This record gives sequence, structure tokens and C-alpha cells, in this order.
Amino acid sequence: MSGRGKTVIGRDGLADLVAILAEDGYRVIGPQVADGAVVYEPLDSADDLPAGVVDDHDGGHYRLRREADGAVFAHVVGPQSWKRYLYPPVQALWRAERHGKGFRVIEEPADDGRDAFIGVRPCDIRAMAVHDRVFDRGDVVDGGYARRRRDAFVVAVNCTRAGGTCFCVSMGTGPAAGEGFDLALTELVGDNGHEFLVEAGSAAGGGVLDRLGGRDATAEDEAAAEAAVGQAAASMGRHMAADAPAVLMANLESPHWDGVAARCLACGNCTMVCPTCFCTTVEDATDLGGQVAERRRRWDSCFAADHSYIHGGSVRRETSARYRQWITHKLATWHEQFGTSGCVGCGRCITWCPVGIDITEEVRTLGGADKGD
Amino acid sequence: MVQVEGLERLLLEHPLFEGMADEHRDLIAGCAANAVFEAGRYVYRQGGPADRFYLIRHGSVALEVHVPGREPFIVETLREGDVLGWGWILPPFRLNFDARALQLMRAVSIDAACLRGKMDEDHELGYQLYRRFMPVIADRLAASRLQIVDMYGHPDDYVRT
Amino acid sequence: MPTAAAATLEPMTPVPFRVLGMRKELPDTYTLDLAPADGDGPLHFAPGQFNMLYHFGVGEIPISISGDPAATDRLTHTIRSVGAVSRGMGTLKAGDMVGVRGPFGSAWPVDEARGRDVVIVCGGIGLAPLRPAIYHILANRPSYGRLVILYGARSPRDILFRRELERWGGRLDTYVDATVDRATGEWSGNVGVVTNLIRHSGFDPVDTIAMVCGPETMMQYTVEALRDRGLDNTRIYLSMERNMKCAVGFCGRCQFGGAFVCRDGPVFRFDRIAPIFRVWEF
Repeated sequence: MSGRGKTVIGRDGLADLVAILAEDGYRVIGPQVADGAVVYEPLDSADDLPAGVVDDHDGGHYRLRREADGAVFAHVVGPQSWKRYLYPPVQALWRAERHGKGFRVIEEPADDGRDAFIGVRPCDIRAMAVHDRVFDRGDVVDGGYARRRRDAFVVAVNCTRAGGTCFCVSMGTGPAAGEGFDLALTELVGDNGHEFLVEAGSAAGGGVLDRLGGRDATAEDEAAAEAAVGQAAASMGRHMAADAPAVLMANLESPHWDGVAARCLACGNCTMVCPTCFCTTVEDATDLGGQVAERRRRWDSCFAADHSYIHGGSVRRETSARYRQWITHKLATWHEQFGTSGCVGCGRCITWCPVGIDITEEVRTLGGADKGD
Repeated sequence: MVQVEGLERLLLEHPLFEGMADEHRDLIAGCAANAVFEAGRYVYRQGGPADRFYLIRHGSVALEVHVPGREPFIVETLREGDVLGWGWILPPFRLNFDARALQLMRAVSIDAACLRGKMDEDHELGYQLYRRFMPVIADRLAASRLQIVDMYGHPDDYVRT
Repeated sequence: MPTAAAATLEPMTPVPFRVLGMRKELPDTYTLDLAPADGDGPLHFAPGQFNMLYHFGVGEIPISISGDPAATDRLTHTIRSVGAVSRGMGTLKAGDMVGVRGPFGSAWPVDEARGRDVVIVCGGIGLAPLRPAIYHILANRPSYGRLVILYGARSPRDILFRRELERWGGRLDTYVDATVDRATGEWSGNVGVVTNLIRHSGFDPVDTIAMVCGPETMMQYTVEALRDRGLDNTRIYLSMERNMKCAVGFCGRCQFGGAFVCRDGPVFRFDRIAPIFRVWEF
């Protein structure tokens, strides 16, 4: 860890950060605007970052707009999450080649690139910690995930603005990152100019911070950062009921599931944008000559009909059963499996649901709090 | 009579009559007789009047449906401890299946026509017997439904279209 | 598992095995004996566990091990042809190759059952995952109380391991009873549901372990019949089936409430899953 305390860097410091990480051999990935959304893609430089871009979120609604203050991290989260890099949508598992009467299995060479993630929100940092429990169980480890995760450099950004669908405060995951980062930035835009309060969370982060320069943070800087984060927390419009696990498990046969199913399209968007959803399928393919077979792992969704297929049909035929599976897993049974909620309060599933189904509202309705429904 | 005493004891021991009043058990015992069927013999044939039921003491019996041109189709088998025949208790008091002894079958045969008359006179007896036979009928119905489900069937036969 | 498995850290990579033998059991069911293609080393598994079997270029399926746990020179799987992989594997011959990952999952409680009566209730292909437990109990017969094996099948010609069932039934220390859903006049055995066999079999409900495997509907009624006979949920074990792609808890598909059938199952003590067992489509 750096010997320095919290540090303040200027707006230009971001360019230095990107350059230092690239120099250290990282592929530097950060937010940028593409196709009307903030996405996480490799950065050529800090100029790619979405300065002045703000994202408006609501159920089934997402729009970008410009703000004059030029804040780089005024947006919250886009449709992607970092699982795209740590647990890619398609992963080659191995190949098999015919050999005499049998075949030989050839493991895919492990890629050994290292990624630096810039602009990881506290909710997404928690999502990484959740995936650590999923893919590293001690007795069984997903080697690719573990390596990518171990080698990743995480630059967190504390949120100074609440998105329209955020509910991290009620999940205890934000808007400030407590741990799980190498560096954490808090953007300060005000009368004193445009700066970032930087904190190191690891030895590697400390090393980078030492090279970044900047000045020591003052009590005023820290107070300003705290106020900005506090403002985000205070303005968060949604919250998840604390008793969600109990409410869900007590209502497995509620008629309300049919009500959700009447709106749910079973499109699986919520599972694709969720930073913790990890279900996959595998695909087998052969070359035309049938000499080489490949096995790939691909993201899948519990909303897909064949997700629960067992010889002859699906266990969960009804959309109501699939939605119930998704929400009970995310909020309730995840605790049983991994000792944590599978929800981090990022709100993506609400924003990207084409019909605006709101996970927080469904829990409230099931719990009977919403008498108007 | 010694034989009647023996039958009374058999009735007393059968779970079907557990907890029944002595007077009612005596009444039923009065309608009871021993019956033996050789292996392969029909205890009764479908369509006839259901005037008796049997408490199987030994051996087993197959309930069959005869389809012309086919082997008899066995829908259920009953054995020691089971009750054979419930058609006697419900109108139109008709036998619904063929019953064929699979091995030598010993049973207590109860004259139900005699019993039905007594049930009309003594509604408590009627209630007690209905209460005891309804679960038998419900059990058979539930089992038949499960058999129709064909849970061990090959999935190809049940793919949703 | 042979050394080849230990050499890889990737839990998704199969190990090549050779087909030693292929036996047709029923018109749609066959048994494969497998041995590692490279390396030797004993093949250990616990009764109730399963392997992921890969058929070249077609895919991979979870299949319970149906052989004798004491026979460590081979892996035996009994497979019903119901999909592309299981049908494809049905065409394999001795010398052909399959990929194997495993063994995975929980086991039948053969240790906990020591000193107690054991009631095994199975239906259809559900006898296959229980056969290793039966072998184990018979090999250690004095350690167990009464052994009751109850089996239900669709029809007389669908009875799996029929000769073996008859052999077990011929033993003085084992009670075997079978029934079928439908039969014609030539059949002199039972016709009716497997739950009917329970009340006719003598066992001491106070000190019995029940192991149940079959279609989920069959298991639902069997659990009720066992409970009616006085067994409580902690004495009933059953083997669940769900879609599986990875068998190590990564693919998420086999979830049954909070359990992963691949890791926490397939064998569950019933009290663990009782609250969700009859919830529709869960």
C-alpha cells in the first residue's frame, strides 16, 4: 500500500493513470460512449472517457444527455458489466481431435493478458466479490476466471450521482467502495476546478499512486468527496426491502407470479445485464469432416426454455416459474449458496427490462406493502 | 359355531374393521364365509351383480379387462391383506372388472347383499362401512391415475406438440 | 480418478476412457463399461455419484454410476436413450472412446444406514443409481438390518436388471418386490403403483433408512407413503435430477432452491428439500 494518504490529482491525472497502466502492460478498459450507451471498452487514452455524459435511467428507459460541467464519471452504469471481461460471454473450453479409434482432448491455451478496469462502480466491485465466491470454491476453481481476476487492476469510482434505478444503499454496496479496489477515485467538480480524490486499496494501487503525483488531500477535499457521495446516497429513489429473502421464500406459490408473467417477456435481458448472473450453457461443434470437435461455454439465461430441460421437456415451462427462479435465486437462495445476496443494487435489470419490471417493486408487492396493486 | 368365531377373529384383526363396534362386527361376521379359489380361477366376472367382497388372507388376484382378440389386460393386482371388491357398496352394485386368482387364494367372503339391507336399517353401520370403503376406492382411483400418467414412459411419447 | 484427471486443473476438461463392453438391457437402455484410455489407477466412487460423459462432437450428459463400487478397474453406466448424446452413445462398441469427468455429487447414506433396516424404492431407470448402494450393502450384509428392495416399472418387459432382481430376491436376507403399471395375462407379478408395495413390505419404521430414486412424481408419492408408514424426513433420501452442463456449480442450471443438484445432490436427505419439493416448476 502507498505510504501516502489520500491524494488529489487534477483532471489531467486521468490521462497519466491510463498511460501508466498501459505502460505496465495492462489492457486499459473504461467507460466510453458507443451506440447511445456508456459501454466498457479498451481505451486509447483518457480522451475516450465520457466527459460531460449523464445517463437517465428508469424502468425500461435509458437516455444519454450532456452536462456542461464536463464530469467524467457523472454517468452511473451502462448495459454492460465487468463480467464481460472476467467471465466472457463465449469461452472456448477445449478441442478434441480424432485419433485412431478415439480422440485426444486439447485444452485451449490460457490467455495471459492483464486488464485494468477504470471506472468500476462500488456495486460492480461487490459483483466481482460475489463472483469470486461463485467461481472459486476452494475445491473447484474456474482457472480462467481466477487468473483474470487475480491479474486485474481495479480503479473504482465512487458514485457522486444516483442513477434513476439505483438502489445500492439498501443493498449495502454503495455509493462508496469500501474495499476490493487498487485505486478508488472520487470526482470533485466545483468552484475549485475539476479534481479527483484518490485512495489506494492495495500495494499495486499504492505503487501506481506514487507515480501519479498530485498533492496530499486536505480535510476540505475529503469533506467535499464525502458530501458528493452522501448526496448520491440521499437522492437514491429506490430501495430493496430488507426482508426480501423471507418474503420471496414465503410466497413461492403466490398468485402474483402470474401477474409478473403477464408482463415479463422472458427475454432474459435482466440476466444479461446483471453483473452477477452467471448461468451458462455449453455448445458442441465439429468441423465438416467430423475430425475436430470444439466445446464452448456461452452465457445463458434462466429465462430460456431449455435452461431447465430434462429429457423431454423443461422443468420450468411457465414464464412465472422462470421469473420466480430468477428473483428467488438473486435475492434469497444466493445467500444459502454463497453467503451473500446475488443482488448488488445496480438497477440494470430495471433499466434494461423492456417492460420496466422493477425487482424492488416486485418484492414489495409480494410482501404486501403495496396495497394498491 | 367354531367357524364363525374364527371368522370374527379374522374380521377383528383386519385393519378395515379396526375400531368398529362389536355389534357391527358381529353383524358382518354373520354375513361372512370362507372362500378358496384355485390359481387361474375367476373369483368373479365383469358385469355381474356385486353381491360380495373379499378380504384376501392368502395369495393374490388380478383385476382384468378383457379386450376381444387380446391378452387380458391387468389393471391391478391385490394380495394378502387387501380388500377385493367395492362395487357392492355403490349403486348400481355392479362388478367392474374380472377378478382372477393368480395363485391359490384364500379369503373371507362377505355377503354384501345381506349387508346392504342391514346398512339401510342401521345408518351407523352404513356410515362406518362407507367411511372404511371410501379410502379403498379413493386409493385405487389415485393409483389408476398415476398409472395413466405413465411416469416411466419414454419421453418421445410425451413431447409437447 | 486416474492421473490424467489430476494433471488438469480445468474442471471442464474430460478424460478419455475406452469402452470395455456394451450391453443392451432394454430396448431403449444399455450399459457401458469404461476404463481410462491412458494410465491406470483405481477408479473410486461413492454409490449415488455420477459422471459427465462426453460423446465426441455431440455433447455431454450426466449419468449415474450403476456399477459395483468395489470394482475399481472400470466405471459402469446404465443409460436410457432419450436425447442426442444418449442415443449416440448407444451406438458405441468395445474399443470406442468417450470423455469422462467425475465422479461428482453426494452419495447414498450407506454408512449412516449401518445397523439399520434399509428400504430401497426405485422406479424405471431409477434402479441404476441405486444399484451401487445395493452392491455395497450386499457385500457388507451383516452390517445392515433388513434389506427391502421395491421396484416399479412400466411393464414386465421394461424391468431393468431383471435377472439381478430375481437373484437378490432369492437370497434369504433380502426382500425384493416389483410391480408394473400395466401388464397382460402372462404376467403373474404385481400390477399397480410402487407405493402399494410399501405397506406389504415389513420393516421397522423406527430404525429404517429409505433410499428413493425414480421419476419425480413417483418420488413424491413414495415419500408420502413412507411418511405414512412412520418414517420421518431425516430418514428418507432421494436422488434428484435437473439440467446440468458443468457438474461443478458453475453453469447454474441444476439449481433446486438453494441447492445445486450437482454439488449438494443428487442425493438429498429429504428434510433439506422438503419445503420446496412439491412447489410447482421450482
